[in-house]
Amino acid sequence: MNGARDWRGLLFVAPFMLLYALILVFPLFRGLWLSLNRVDLFGDGRFVGAANYVRLANDPIFSTALLNTFKVTLMIVPVLTVLALLLALALNNAGRGAALLRGIFFSSAVLSVTIVTLIWRFVLAPDAGLLGEAWKAAGWQPLAFLSDPHLVLPALAITTIWWSLGLPMLLFLAGLQQIPHDMYEAAALDNASRWTTFRRITVPALRRTIVLVVMLQTAAQLQLFGQSQLLTAGGPSGASRTAVLFLFETAFGRWELGYASAAAEMLFLLILAVTLAQYWATGRGREASGAR
Amino acid sequence: MATLELSNIRKAYGGTPVLDDVSLSVAEREFIAFLGPSGSGKSTLLRIIAGLETLDAGEVRLGGERIDPLPPGRRGVAMVFQHYALYPHMSVRENMAFGLRNARVPREEIEARVAEAARVLEIEAQLDKKPAQMSGGQRQRVAIGRAIVKQPRLFLLDEPLSNLDAALRMRTRVELAQLRQRVDAAFIMVTHDQAEAMTLADRIVVMNDRRIQQVGAPMEIYSRPANTFVARFVGSPAMTLAPAALSDGEGPFARVRLASGAEVETRVPRAGLPAGDGLLLGLRPEMVSVTAPGAGTADAEVMLLERLGERTLVYARLAGGQDVTAEDKGDSPLRTGDRIGLRLDGAAAHLFGPDGAGHHAEAAR
Repeated sequence: MNGARDWRGLLFVAPFMLLYALILVFPLFRGLWLSLNRVDLFGDGRFVGAANYVRLANDPIFSTALLNTFKVTLMIVPVLTVLALLLALALNNAGRGAALLRGIFFSSAVLSVTIVTLIWRFVLAPDAGLLGEAWKAAGWQPLAFLSDPHLVLPALAITTIWWSLGLPMLLFLAGLQQIPHDMYEAAALDNASRWTTFRRITVPALRRTIVLVVMLQTAAQLQLFGQSQLLTAGGPSGASRTAVLFLFETAFGRWELGYASAAAEMLFLLILAVTLAQYWATGRGREASGAR
Repeated sequence: MATLELSNIRKAYGGTPVLDDVSLSVAEREFIAFLGPSGSGKSTLLRIIAGLETLDAGEVRLGGERIDPLPPGRRGVAMVFQHYALYPHMSVRENMAFGLRNARVPREEIEARVAEAARVLEIEAQLDKKPAQMSGGQRQRVAIGRAIVKQPRLFLLDEPLSNLDAALRMRTRVELAQLRQRVDAAFIMVTHDQAEAMTLADRIVVMNDRRIQQVGAPMEIYSRPANTFVARFVGSPAMTLAPAALSDGEGPFARVRLASGAEVETRVPRAGLPAGDGLLLGLRPEMVSVTAPGAGTADAEVMLLERLGERTLVYARLAGGQDVTAEDKGDSPLRTGDRIGLRLDGAAAHLFGPDGAGHHAEAAR
């Protein structure tokens, strides 16, 4: 009886479990296996053990790509978090204007990466772009955002921040609306300045949301790909090549599937480590705060 | 000398008026209760005094100083919120010290005040806890403590007992009464619970329909209600209001006739009463006693009995269809459907004119 019941229960989750196994679990292990083989897109490979990993460790292109990835993530996540929080604070009211602006700021998030990079190419291009014209109007030499190795990562970061602002803003708005209004009234009666109220009431109440946004965005930006591929194709001379772009080029440009899989596993481990580190660093001392 | 002076306060939300020309004067160290049903404007009035709402017209003065243009934190008032509104991520100590720090009170002074408040409220052992680790009653004390340490000229309490269970509510009520003896400040409490208002307040401000209906000491409100609203709202169960007509007569006191034909001799002076009918006779349950059929003022049928232990409430219907609430002894032998007589104690009865205004017995206060 018990066994039969379990069996029928499984039927309900079977469609999901099958799909989950097929498109997530299987590729994960398949990728792990591929990374231990020397294999191209055609036919079977040959088991080479850790050779792909040894090669990765000594590959300057991969290490540059990793470094670029971390740099651009560091440029994006803090600015994105602060901007989204400020926007949420500014737009957290019931007015019609605020609702309109919330919609406008969120609208960039629904665009595909192709459109986003197209827009920003027009903005960033030094000869006819919006920023270039603005620079010229101010009497300065236009900056070559997409061809200067020192400016290309900031350009990627700006594009990504503009594109990704919507979701964190929404999360912060949801977090802000969770804060009971009488808390602010109590603070007003406690003679708290706006800054004190923000620092001592709002930020502590948003702690979990801030942690969530930082972790989600870090994991997302460490996988930055489309903007880099479409805006600069990783150039100039690899200055904007990110880890996932390296993966893509290795797998589908040079057809070295095993090597690309090894890089993918490395990136997976790195993202896991970074996320866990953030979780650990911010998770302590959380028990005491909670319901009021 | 008045501590708090409210003059001609008006407030509307959009086009909906919520307070209409409200004026009130609160004496030093006085405990005032704003009593009224939801939507009567009592909470809005409290929030206007606190500075959490703006007023459309009128003035608020505290100790002679006009405070309505000031932000809430600069008014010298402290408020205890209905849901406490403690800061969840701060310890009890920090919760109480927060306002003092913002006011740049010296550190030793803050520590001394917090320690004193914790001692008075018996929460010394909880000072390093977070609100989430405390019971509702303890949080309530912290909320009161946070108000006390500010040493305000006026305490504002927004339904302070409504979140506590019955036993704790009684205890906290007693503690509030003790607290006000020790604190040199006036209190204003918003409540819809008349027992709280009656037991705690020096004066009750009964509010309804955007206006103050009556201001008076608890027993004055109870025994000389200004109008039918106050008469029905204060006292439980509510006062019976029976339509009555003034009978012809010579004496100094009014004699009225109910729809059932029964006549009641009141002690309300005839002079000053509007002529004709359209009067209402007001009878509290304790003014109506049960007799044998035919032996009382009027005969009635028992519709419902509520046995409260020390007394029994008898909901009865007179011949004319008028419902009357009477009181009988705790072990009353009555049953639903019984025919009874009711003796209406006219000497204590009230009369209300067609405009709702109350007229009361002269001798019996």
